[in-house]
Amino acid sequence: MALNTDSQGLSKGEARWPLVTLLTRPFAAIGRAAIRWISNLGASAVFLFLAILNIVRPKQGPKIIQQIYFIGAKSSMIIMLVGLSTGMVMGLQFYRALVKVGAEGAMGTLVALSLVREMGPMLTAIMIAARAGSAITAEIGIQRISEQIDALETMRIDPLRYLISPRIAASIISFPLLTALFDLIGMIGGYISGVLLLGANSGTYLHRVQVSMEMEDVTEGFIKAIVFAVIVSTVCCYQGYFVHMRTDSHGAKAVGLSTTSAVVLSCVLIMVADYVLTSLLI
Amino acid sequence: MEPPLIEFKDVTKRFGLRTVLERVNLQIYEGQVTTIIGLSGSGKSVLLKHIIGLLKPDEGTILFKGKPLTTMKKNEKAASLAQFSYMFQDNALFDSMTVYENIALPLRETTNLKKAEIDLRVTARMEQLELSDAANKYPSELSGGMQKRAALARALVTDPKIVLFDEPTSGQDPVRKNAILSMIAKYQRKFGFTAILVSHEIPDVYFISNRILALYDQAIVFQGTPEELENFDHPFKDEVILSLEGLQEELTGLYSKRQFKVLHHLQWKQKTPGESYSVVVFTLEEMDAIITSLGHEAAQEALRSMGVYIDKHFGAIGGFSTRRHTNEFVTVLPDSDLTEVESMLKDFIDDFQGQGIRGIWAGGRKQAASEVCVEFAILAGIAQGQPIGEIDSVINSAKHQQKEIARLRCDVRR
Repeated sequence: MALNTDSQGLSKGEARWPLVTLLTRPFAAIGRAAIRWISNLGASAVFLFLAILNIVRPKQGPKIIQQIYFIGAKSSMIIMLVGLSTGMVMGLQFYRALVKVGAEGAMGTLVALSLVREMGPMLTAIMIAARAGSAITAEIGIQRISEQIDALETMRIDPLRYLISPRIAASIISFPLLTALFDLIGMIGGYISGVLLLGANSGTYLHRVQVSMEMEDVTEGFIKAIVFAVIVSTVCCYQGYFVHMRTDSHGAKAVGLSTTSAVVLSCVLIMVADYVLTSLLI
Repeated sequence: MEPPLIEFKDVTKRFGLRTVLERVNLQIYEGQVTTIIGLSGSGKSVLLKHIIGLLKPDEGTILFKGKPLTTMKKNEKAASLAQFSYMFQDNALFDSMTVYENIALPLRETTNLKKAEIDLRVTARMEQLELSDAANKYPSELSGGMQKRAALARALVTDPKIVLFDEPTSGQDPVRKNAILSMIAKYQRKFGFTAILVSHEIPDVYFISNRILALYDQAIVFQGTPEELENFDHPFKDEVILSLEGLQEELTGLYSKRQFKVLHHLQWKQKTPGESYSVVVFTLEEMDAIITSLGHEAAQEALRSMGVYIDKHFGAIGGFSTRRHTNEFVTVLPDSDLTEVESMLKDFIDDFQGQGIRGIWAGGRKQAASEVCVEFAILAGIAQGQPIGEIDSVINSAKHQQKEIARLRCDVRR
């Protein structure tokens, strides 16, 4: 809606009641931000819905496999590295804490449950958001500003089907698998630091890992991984796809800012969702 | 006249508070080359994007074959828009795909053709557009002209009925500009599609256009043939055409058609009744053979050399020349009668047969990619006119008198 403005850029109401304007301006700013946030939330929900609808369409298989290779297979090295270091740090910290109360035998339980329920899904999602998510936003953003997405539309190729659906499907498949890999490598890391370096009992560690974990713990971890996959892929694709709608910048700068926003927003939403899911599933 | 293929009725488009198109009315006819001209930023590309459905009007109606797009059912609209293809100003090639993959993309994604059939069609298009050697290259590895050809190949691979070209010659040098326009004209004739161009390459674009639409001050102020545009009296002509035309044609160094007419008019005003002038019309024959064998750029370079040669020879004796059609040049000799011109033409022919035609060939060879042998001929015809008559009829008369003055044969080329 066009505002009726005077020559100084103020509306008639603002010019007549300057004090009222001054007092209400912060509320107006909050209101505008809230409206923008809700609009974006609604738009991303529709975006996700349409993208999911287009996953099960002909000719999607090869594109999904290609994306699984990029998002999943090519992230496995960094996931293993982070998983190993996380597991080793947990092994060190838990052993030192538990040995004080004479409960070092429970180290396997703590490492396994922490990894499977919390650290595995969350750190995996954050690492993929940083590695693959940023690349997704940048790639789609550049395709948008160089009119490649418009070109798809002129060729009657649905850009959501062609670009977005395979990435969301690949994320939903890859995140749980990478989480499982993270968990496994993390437990090995805990074994290396706790058992091999600090001298905890090997049999006790392995036995505790085996008996303390139940199927619902694994399910909880996988549910989180799938939710995080949807969050990361939607946020990163959405930021790239609508890079041209940014009002604060244009062109390559807009792609850079959108990539940063995508990673930051993904990480924040992962943490918020983690708390909500934990409180619901516990 | 047949009903228009595409029609705009009072189409208005705004971006925020800025109005880009204001009650635009236009008609585009099937099988023609229609060019939308206007200054940069005047909304030409916005207009084009409305045609293909990338943008929707805020007000007004767009009709396709007499039916508003907005009232069409989803399937009907999709079927209508499927007849279109669009070539973007910056090509919009997928930079992570090879040229082959770019061209094959619309067939792979929108048809159920088998791999072998897709391969056949893509290979055929690449051969037609001289892209066979670039099949496995990425767009960033190609020259600007080759990128344009790859974008054109992608636009044509689905055999569209209507092709939209957004500034197809932007960022190209004069020879390549004309080579691209010539390529569009050639394929338009060959495949019979309706071409809609957006361009500010005035007057080059006139040579290939059946109709011109002038976009000025957010509205279409002129619709008609390039010849009708010459007589169009509107501020658009001063502000747009004059600013874009330049003093002399960039490609050949010759006067533009309009400047040529102005010069002729000035000469005519200085003459007394009974005085006459002469016209010579030159034509480069077998232009298509040169294009087919040596490529568009070689053909344009040959034309440029021919224009330069004519201007050099006749300019020195008071003549002035213009390019009338793609392969046709007209020279006016204001102070010469038919007998004098015949003598001048004889000198020109002697000189031309000795050096000129080899110069044209050498020009073409510089841009050619192959060593193929092409024979071509130059025709010339002369006629005399009186100041009271129309120059067009004198030109037509000279054209009817044309005969071969030089021919380059394969055996004398080396």
